[in-house]
This record gives sequence, structure tokens and C-alpha cells, in this order.
Amino acid sequence: MLESRRFVIIGFFALVGIIYLLRLFYLQVLDESYSIESSSNSIKRVIEIPFRGQIYDRTGKLIVYNTPVYDLLVTPYKARVDDTLRFCQVLGIERRDFDSLMNAASAYSRVKPSLFLRQLSKEDFASIQDIMVDYSGFEFAKSSLRTYTAPTLANTLGYVSEITKGQLEKQEEPYYRQSDYIGQSGIEKIYENELRGKRGTKFVMQNVSGVYKGPWKGGELDTMAVAGANLYSGIDLEVQQYADSLMVNKVGSVVAIEPKTGQIISMVSAPTYDPNILASRYFSKNYAALARNPYKPLFNRPVMASYRPGSTFKLIQALIGLQEGVITPESGFTHANCPVGCHNHPATGTVALGVMHSCNPYFYNVFRRIIYKNNIQNTFKASAVGLDAWHDAISKFGIGQRLGIDLPSEYKGNLPNKKYYDRFYGEYRWKFSNIYSLSIGEGELLITPLKMANVAAIIANRGYFYTPHVIHGIGDGKKVNPEFLVRHDTGVESHNFDPVIEGMIGAVEGGTARRSRVEGITIAGKTGTSQNKRGDDHSIFIAFAPVENPKIAIAVFVENAGAGGSAAAPIANLIIEKYLTRKITNKALEERMFKADLMSKVILPGQKKPISADSLKKKLISADSMKKKPVVKPITAPKKQ
Amino acid sequence: MAENKPITKNVDWMVVLIYIACLGIGWVNIYAAVYNPEVNMSMFDLSNNAGKQLMWIGTAALLIICILVIDYKFYETFSFIIYAVIVFLLVVVLFAGSNINGSRSWIKFGAFSLQPAEFSKLAISLAISKYLSDPAISLTRKLKDYYPIMGIIALPAFLILLSNETGSMLVFASFAIVLYREGMPGFIPSIGIVTAALLIITLLFVKWYIAGVIIVIAGLAIWLMPVMTRRRGGLWATIIIAFVMIGIVFGVDFFMNNVLQKHQRGRIMVLLDPDSDPRGIGWNVIQSKIAIGSGGFTGKGFLQGTQTKFDFVPEQSTDFIFCTVGEEHGFIGSAVVVVLFVSLIARLVVLAERQRSRFARVYGYCVAGIIFFHFMVNIGMTIGLMPVIGIPLPFFSYGGSSLWSFSILLFVFLKIDAQRPFTLSRG
Repeated sequence: MLESRRFVIIGFFALVGIIYLLRLFYLQVLDESYSIESSSNSIKRVIEIPFRGQIYDRTGKLIVYNTPVYDLLVTPYKARVDDTLRFCQVLGIERRDFDSLMNAASAYSRVKPSLFLRQLSKEDFASIQDIMVDYSGFEFAKSSLRTYTAPTLANTLGYVSEITKGQLEKQEEPYYRQSDYIGQSGIEKIYENELRGKRGTKFVMQNVSGVYKGPWKGGELDTMAVAGANLYSGIDLEVQQYADSLMVNKVGSVVAIEPKTGQIISMVSAPTYDPNILASRYFSKNYAALARNPYKPLFNRPVMASYRPGSTFKLIQALIGLQEGVITPESGFTHANCPVGCHNHPATGTVALGVMHSCNPYFYNVFRRIIYKNNIQNTFKASAVGLDAWHDAISKFGIGQRLGIDLPSEYKGNLPNKKYYDRFYGEYRWKFSNIYSLSIGEGELLITPLKMANVAAIIANRGYFYTPHVIHGIGDGKKVNPEFLVRHDTGVESHNFDPVIEGMIGAVEGGTARRSRVEGITIAGKTGTSQNKRGDDHSIFIAFAPVENPKIAIAVFVENAGAGGSAAAPIANLIIEKYLTRKITNKALEERMFKADLMSKVILPGQKKPISADSLKKKLISADSMKKKPVVKPITAPKKQ
Repeated sequence: MAENKPITKNVDWMVVLIYIACLGIGWVNIYAAVYNPEVNMSMFDLSNNAGKQLMWIGTAALLIICILVIDYKFYETFSFIIYAVIVFLLVVVLFAGSNINGSRSWIKFGAFSLQPAEFSKLAISLAISKYLSDPAISLTRKLKDYYPIMGIIALPAFLILLSNETGSMLVFASFAIVLYREGMPGFIPSIGIVTAALLIITLLFVKWYIAGVIIVIAGLAIWLMPVMTRRRGGLWATIIIAFVMIGIVFGVDFFMNNVLQKHQRGRIMVLLDPDSDPRGIGWNVIQSKIAIGSGGFTGKGFLQGTQTKFDFVPEQSTDFIFCTVGEEHGFIGSAVVVVLFVSLIARLVVLAERQRSRFARVYGYCVAGIIFFHFMVNIGMTIGLMPVIGIPLPFFSYGGSSLWSFSILLFVFLKIDAQRPFTLSRG
């Protein structure tokens, strides 16, 4: 019957109604892609990126700050450029740059703004702002650039760059988004969470043409951006730059520590570069040039490079010997029956004289006594037990382990123990005669300049140290990392330092470092000559001053520069004088060290002889040349203050 | 007062209440759609659509009173005359009409304009009902009885097509429902639905797969078929149907590229994949889905909608009024509207079925079918289930013509329904 068709009809109506209800439920409740944040185009989420924290030196001088710059963004579907020629002229770009930038932007999104030109300076922004009004679809976004007051501390401070894809995927809490900036090395990396501050979010309403229509819900969902915390460092910018100039044309490191606190006063990694060049639009080009440079300027030598400590290590041997009671301050040794050679020097009847003249047989005998102190009959067993005891004592100086400085990639070096030699020789198959070169800091020992500076600080403090650190205060309250307030004791009693320090004073006054002594300041120092497979010995010097009330402990490493007294000692003593008195008495010495080109003595891996050192500078776009470009061209580096 | 009593007596109050609810909700949402937070505006100000709509509601009320006062026999008696008048207006508008949005279909009275095409639904409904009220007409057996109906629909459809109002013309497809109820063989609407479904499936999947599936289904059907049915021609019928379906599948390309106009093709493609043209035709669909989707379960609150407020959704107070409901009142609000419409339509079918005269029943089904078609296409379009066809949501969308025409359509039926007890008592 036809009447029954009403059920078909009502059923059809109801079916459509149910389908629509399900669809609405899906669209409005289940499908997240239409929620406010992800898809609504009337409510725009504006991210406010706060200024990164600034970094100060120990005298309150600014080291790193932020310069406001402007990024030019383009929204391709809105973009109208009628006279491309003028447009390109204004921005100082080529026609093909324009095309490729536009294509890249369109490929990303036709409707969302994407980056067109990065980091225009305030001056450039001011000069082109009015002209850009003629071109729709272009807008400016404020951003900021890391700026360095002095062209120094590049590796210590590190650099900031766009987050990499890998970092983006690896982050545990999703904080960063594509094209965000993140500290990539040095202080910028270690203190990233403090420096970055807190990003703010604003929800603003806009109409279909993108015109601002006020805050959404009266701003109740907005969060304020919080600027990053300022960092306070122990760096002395003046001394730092002075040390930089002394290390010009040299490969090596300078590390100066304030012994009483562990604060780093100066840290030079030579060769270095102006950190401003990595905080510019030319980041990738400059980074590539630095990475390709054979002298590895990006390699942070003070904490990553390792050397044999050479004779500087004798100080620790003497201290351990005294503490273990195997020698007394009056112990004397002769050159007789000793497999290590020595130079011609007066008799070494005391520890002080041994240190002063850096007598190799003296410390061979000291080390021998330390190893065989246990009186075990079997020399193999005695050597094994003795070495481990020695290893434990030396470890307390921070050698063979990470000190925990606030810089990334600290190398722990190498301090051999029984297990280490067992791997080469087999258990109880080696004895003292196989390892005696450790006695004078050669052999399998590897140590970083930072650790050697720390050893100088330990001696200056007569037995303890604080973890060396660059940053001692965070934020306005100058919050201190509690780990940097822990005193580490070496277990060597204070009176045992007296003969060693006496010997160190002697070394500077009349011993191996006498040519660089400073009038009026008592410096205790020790030279080292580190043997290595490539080229001349590395020149090493550690010292602290003034002896009466030590204010600075320093280690200087100059690669392939020969004996410790020839390069490292003069540089260290000039830095000490600069730091303590702010002036230099021995101008001739200073001049000689400024000019010394020791880089040309460095033989690079894979090379038979040294190559010209100038290659470093050629491929870089320097901060100065960035400044000289015409104003209209948006490539100016921010002005230095 | 005594004279008023028969007017409202026996009027179906459920329908009236739903009608009032729709008008009220619609009006509030029109206000929300045109609301501009920067300008302090009133719901009663005649300079905006909300104020104007209130005026249309008031005049609609007057119209309703007139309809209820007029004797019920008038509509049946004057069916063809009303039809003739409206066809005449459609002709007049072709020559004298004002051009609004590219279609020459409006008659202007000062600030207000009327669209005769809106009233053609009433005219056709009355004319078909009148024609079918002749008991000799049978849609089940005689093909020639269809010709007058085709003519009744085709004449206004042709005139509307000339004035470029394709959307209003498509509404006439809703008369298939009443014809089905009055005896049109079930395979005719089935063919229509299957063809439309095939069209969409073809655009979504690889043609050869669909052909394969059709052949497999046909094979299964023949295999499962009782032997008697198969012998009586079921075998050949199934094979022919399968071939015709495969033919449609492969004919879709030809149809899409050669028969449809470019913008019509675009609307169908956008339905299937709005992202294929996000700034063009797809824009409306994407924006309207975002607006509705962003409403969530409870909505953003009255006047708090942002998608609709800042002009992302086009035609916010007319064709896309449902976006405002969805955005500001969320799933709850949207569901209320859907339920209101389904209840109204179902109630109309129930009322139609209880009519004693064939005229009244056919007319009731016409009203239910037209409202249903508008509801299905309009809301379907805003939630991405239907192509973008510019027809209003009855009682909700802003516009005097559509409000008047739907009110007249509905209340003529209520008036006829209200007289049912009297026709019964008179025998």
C-alpha cells in the first residue's frame, strides 16, 4: 500500500537528521583540528619572544647584549610587487634572489607569513619602512640579535642559532618551534634555560584582511613574556682582551682562575674569532668557513684540548711524595742510576731545588718511592698496588676526570691506573720501569689547560679548590649554583705546600722561567715542556700570584713553541701583571710576545710542515666589513657600543 | 473575541511552537552574525539585518492572520490562479527586476526587495496538489498523468533558470518526495540516489576498482537469486543494471567535463576535497567548517563568535547563518536546530497523513519536502556534506522573501489542517 511509504519517507528524513548530528558531533567535539589554537584564523596566536639574558664581566661591564633587528616577512597570496626592480634596489637584493625567496615562501605557505629577509638593523628598518608601505603582503617582525661588546670569548660564550631539525625532534618538553633560536655551544648552551626567559603568548583577533581587532577574551588567556635572566661572570674583559692579543698568531690556551672562588678570570682559545660574525645574517657562511679552517677555531681548547703536562706535573709528584711521607722537604737525589736525562743545573738537595731546576732524576726517584711505598716483595704487584694508590691521590686534584665547569664538552683527559696498563701488558706483567715516564708528566698522561690552571689554584690555596666556573651569578638575585660553593680538598696538608711553593718562586726568580719575572710581584710558577709527536714541544707554564695572597692562578699552553720558559711563561706573567697592577713594566717583552708568530711552527694533521696562518681570516665576513656595507642594503651588523 | 476563536481553533500548536522557536533562534543569530563589537548597535535598529528581520517577522505575523482568516477552500479553489499570478511575476521580474548579486530576480520596494522565485514553491505545491486531487489521476499506472506535473514544475523552473537562480530551481527536486508518496514507482528516486552516490564514489576512488566491485556484487546477487527469479529475467535485469552502473562510472568524467559548467564542477570537487581550492570555492566550505568546528561542545557564547564576526564566513546572516549557531552555541545549539527541523518535518508528515482530502495530503507532503530539502542542502553545505548551493535555511536565514514564502507555505497547510474536523463533521 502507498500509505506505508510514509515510513520510508520519515525514515529518510530521520536518517539525514542523524547523519547531520553525527557529522556535527565529529566536527565540533571529536575533531581537534578545528579547535581555536590550530585552525581558527580569526584568533591569531602571537608569540612574544623575550630578550635573552645579558652577560656581564666581573667589573660590571656588559659582554653580551641584544640588538633589536627586524625580520621582513611576506605573505605570498597578499604580496603585490608591481615594480620588482625598485623593490630589489631598496632591499639591496638581486632579481634572482627575489624570485627564489618568493618561491621558497610560496612553497611553505601561500597564506601564512614566512621569512623573506632576516635581521635588518634598526637603521635599515627606518630607511625602508616608508617605502615598504607601497608593497602589500610584506610586514616587519621585531626580533633580536646577540651582540658582543668585544670581539673575544667566542668559544666560551658560544653562539646562538636557529634550532636544528634534530634538536626540534629530540626536545623532551615541546617548547621550541621551527626557526626558534637556541644556544648551541658554550655558556649560551649550558645556561639556555636561564637565558631564554619565558615566551609570552597573546591571543589577538583579526578580521579576514588580517587587521588587528583587539585582544581575544580581553586578554585573559594571554601570558606575559619574561626576559631571560642576566648572567654574571668572573671574566675580566680587559685582561681577557689583553690575553687575546698576546695569543695572536699562536695556537693554544690561557686559563686564569681566581683561586679563592674558582671563578674564571680569563679563558683564551687561540686562534679565535669575533663572535659577532656568528650572530649575523652570514651565520652559515661564516660557520662553514670556521668549521673548515685547519686550525679549528671552533675547538674550545681550554676544556677540550689535551696535552701531556710535562714538568708542571712534577709539582703534584712532589706534593704527593711529601704527603705520603716518602720524602721530606730536605730529601735530595742525584742524577746517578737514572734512566731519564737532565740538563745541567746545580745540585738538588731539597724539594724546593728539585722544583726550581725541574730536575728529572729527582722526580723519577720521588715517583719510584711513591710507587714502592707499600713494601710488597713482588715488584709487579708492588707497582700495581702503588700505581692505584698514586692514581687515587692524583685524582683528588681533579686530574683524569671532569671538573664540572659550566661549559659543554669538557674533556676528562687521561690518568692511567692499574687497569689501564693491564690492558696493554696484562695483569702483573708490568712494573715501575714500564711507567716511570709518568714521573715527569710524560707517558700516558693527558690533561687539559683548565685542569692545569686548577692545579695552580690548588697550590695557591694550599690544598683545596672550588670547581672552576665562568658564571657565578644568575638573575637579579645573583643566584649561585651551589655546586660551585663546595670546597674540594686534595688531602695534601697545607705545610707540605711550603717547599713546593718555594721551588716555584725560585723557578721564576732564578730558574727555568727567570727571563719573564715581574718586578714587584712574587710569582710562583713552573714551566713545562710537553713532548708530542708533531713538531716542536708544547710550551707550558702554570703560576699563581702574588704568593702572599694569591689572586690569580694561571695556565698557559702554547703549541709547538718549545720550552715552557720561552713562550708560555712570559705570556702568563704579563697577564698576571696586567690583572694585578693594570699596567706592564717590561714593554720589550710584551712587544716581543705580541709579535711572536708561533702559529707558523704548528704542523697540522696530515701536513709535513706548517702552512700559512692567514688562511683563517680570508673566508670570513668580518664584523667590520658588515658594518661598511651601504645603509640601504640590509646586511649591516648591529652597531657596537 | 468570539470571531477570533475559530481562527486559532484546531491549529496544530506543536508546529506553531516549533515555528516560533525557529524564528526566535534565527533572529538572535542574525543579530550575532551582523554584530560588530566596535559599533554599539541595537537588535531593533532597522539599519541592520537583525532589525529588518524583526520587521519581516512582524509582517509575517500579519500574513499569518490573513491566511487563518481566509476560508480554507480558497486555496484549493484558487490554486491555479495563484500559480498563474506567480508565473506572471516571474516573467515580469525577468524584464523589470533589479539586479542583485548577478541574478535578475528581485523586485525592489525602497530599501526592501522581494524575490518572486521564493514564492514559486508555494505556487507549484498548490498546483500539483490541485491536479492530484482528481481521483482519476494515478501515478502508479499511467505515464501520461506525469506530463501535467512535469509542465507545472518546468514552467517556473525555466523562468528561474533564465534569471540565474539555479539554487531555487534545485529545490523543485523535493517534489520527488510527494510523487513517491502518491505512487511514483520506487525505482525512480532510487535511480536518482544511486546515480548521485555513484557520481561521488567515482570522484573519490579509482574507476576500475568500482567497476570490479559492481561486477562482484552483481555476480553475488545472481548466485543468491532464487532460481525462479533468475529464469523470469532477473539474470538479465541484474546484468543490465550492472552495465548501466559501470557506464555511469565511466561517464562521470564526460559529465563533469562536458556537461557541468566550470563553477558547478568546482563546487562538486570542493565538496570532495575543500583543500583543492582553498582560496576560491573551497574558502566558504573551509571557513564555515572552521567556524562550526571551533564552537566545540558548548560554543563560544552569544556574540563571542570570532570566525563569523570578522567576515571569515561569507553570507553570514543569510545562507551561512548556521555557522553562527555552530560557533556560538556549539554542538548543543546545532543539535537543537537539527532536532527542531526533523521534528517539524516529521510532524508535518504525520499531519499530512491524517488529512481526509487528497489535496490536503499532497500539499502537506509538498511543504514537508520543501522544508526538508532546504534543511538538508543548507546545513549539509555548511558542514561540508553538500555542495555549495545558495539556498536559505527556512525561518533562520535573513530575508523577507524566504520568511514570507515559508510562513505562507506552512500556515496555508495549518489552516487546511485546522478545518479537518469540520470537513469531517460535514461528511
